[in-house]
Amino acid sequence: MIKKVASVGLPVDERLNILKNRIQPEVLTGTEKRICVVTGTHGDELEGQYVCCLLNRMIEEHKECLKGIVDIYPALNPLGVDSITRGMPMFDLDMNRIFPGTEEGSPAEYVAYKIIQDIEGADLCIDIHASNIFLREIPQVRMSEQTAESLLPYARNLNIDFVWIHAAATVLESTLAHSLNTRGVPTLVVEMGVGMRITESYCSQLADGIFCVMKQLGIWDGPVAEVKEPIVSRDKEVGFLNAEAPGLFIPCVEHWINVEKDEVIGHIYNPLDGTVLSEVKAPIHGMLFTLREYPMVSVGSLLARVLGGDFR
Amino acid sequence: MRRESIFTLKNLYRDDLNVYGYHFGKGEKSACIIGAMRGNEVQQMYVCSQLVKALGELEAKGAIVHDNEILVIPSVNHGSMNIGKRFWPGDNTDINRMFPGYDKGETTQRVADGVFQVVQHYNYGIQFTSFYMPGDFVPHVRMMETGYQNASLANLFGMPYVVIRKPRPYDTTTLNYNWQVWNTNAFSVYTSATDTIDEMSAKQAVSSVLRFLTRMGILRYTSHSGFISTVLREDDLMNVKTDVSGIYKRHVNPGDEVFRGEVVASIIDPCEGNVMEQILSPTDGIVFFAHRAPLIMEEALAFRIIRRLHQ
Repeated sequence: MIKKVASVGLPVDERLNILKNRIQPEVLTGTEKRICVVTGTHGDELEGQYVCCLLNRMIEEHKECLKGIVDIYPALNPLGVDSITRGMPMFDLDMNRIFPGTEEGSPAEYVAYKIIQDIEGADLCIDIHASNIFLREIPQVRMSEQTAESLLPYARNLNIDFVWIHAAATVLESTLAHSLNTRGVPTLVVEMGVGMRITESYCSQLADGIFCVMKQLGIWDGPVAEVKEPIVSRDKEVGFLNAEAPGLFIPCVEHWINVEKDEVIGHIYNPLDGTVLSEVKAPIHGMLFTLREYPMVSVGSLLARVLGGDFR
Repeated sequence: MRRESIFTLKNLYRDDLNVYGYHFGKGEKSACIIGAMRGNEVQQMYVCSQLVKALGELEAKGAIVHDNEILVIPSVNHGSMNIGKRFWPGDNTDINRMFPGYDKGETTQRVADGVFQVVQHYNYGIQFTSFYMPGDFVPHVRMMETGYQNASLANLFGMPYVVIRKPRPYDTTTLNYNWQVWNTNAFSVYTSATDTIDEMSAKQAVSSVLRFLTRMGILRYTSHSGFISTVLREDDLMNVKTDVSGIYKRHVNPGDEVFRGEVVASIIDPCEGNVMEQILSPTDGIVFFAHRAPLIMEEALAFRIIRRLHQ
């Protein structure tokens, strides 16, 4: 059942519509639990699009196993998805920095407010992101120290590879996840893959995990995949690697391998004369869980993140 | 006057980005004035350029009080300005959401850090900036309510209005907020324009800064006393939103006095030309902010009105 969550008139013969698909059992008892799967806050992150497709199809195939309500919101920022724009077109701020929104604000803040109103009361929300166009990420859930206790039991069941628990930054208070968590809707933020692309294996892996969590909540009683145990980590164990020269970054290792401290993981070249401007070395020993995908770099561009320790 | 590059970022194919600071006088770090941090803040850069010119002439006349140093940074992000972008050329990030910055972080965090290292020890910090919603404002001085703000100092600019803004989470990474946290009295000055030059409000902005520096004992300069500012809290402004979308025709301007029930704008059907909505002022007052673009969305903030204030 397709529903409009928010609708705002655009200047010429068009409306900005935030849509969701509600899937529920044929007969409701009134005690069903509800899960919300949201994505497309950033218009250039598409991995969640395919996860939504898989979820819709897999639920419909075995609808008799559905015992609760599933709300799927594939595009919180439909104008961004349509125009390959990360933010909301014609609005300065990142959409994931204006939650919980307000009825009194700009159209973007009004839409954010309506989204929160719609999700409020759900038993769980999964907010799917796909890094950005610059970086490739392994399937992971990110959460703050403050929410770790309540969210970890769900994250462990989501069939992802990594849970990154970080110290909360003030600015993150205006994210969808923070707003929902503070309103009593446990919300898991998934990051995986890379912007503007689909990584089918990651999408299938996460879709399987969502069914496991649905089973955990009593929303699904069909068979589910066996869940892999994620690595759980905190901020202090992550080494960041930023470019120290502008140029063309060519990695010489694969994403998601173990690297030694000072191991060369790539080079930054000057295409004008072919010289190597910078040899890029791993900052610590560990697993390369983030690797730069977009090859042109400026001074400071993030190239990689390494999780300290032996993991694979 | 002494010009120096306060921060340099190396580029691959383009010229390096050099952020220039102009120093006037010597001694205690008294005041820092910063202009365009986004690529479309042409008015903000222009105001600073006029300040550099004025301060250079005043310095030559010996008008800077002994043991005071003033720094003016007209533009931080001209790499975006030169290609017609508001935010950073590569990743579209906003330098004014990256403070206090980080010297080992991402590109715009490094730019913010490079600037903040230089500007953070001044007694007074003045930033010419633009708002995240495009439109026209009454010229005003804005302060964040951080607990460190001092509204009575903001009055000394002699601008018509001083606005106190309760910071939202995304404000905590702006220069203004971080200046205050690091013990600089910080003020954001809004003129009437961003990507166009408004000569009258630019002159008003230059005068207000020279007036402030004079009143703080940094400059010897005789100027008109300006306004006795009306101090407002941002939450007290009345928002006027649209019920329909279409072509927007504004009938009043920022600074105009309006009356309850007065037609302040019309929204016209973009294809058939009929007036679909007349926006009425919900209160007597003075227009503080007005939407400018010729098209408008439904639920858009068309006006913000200072309630029950008369000219």
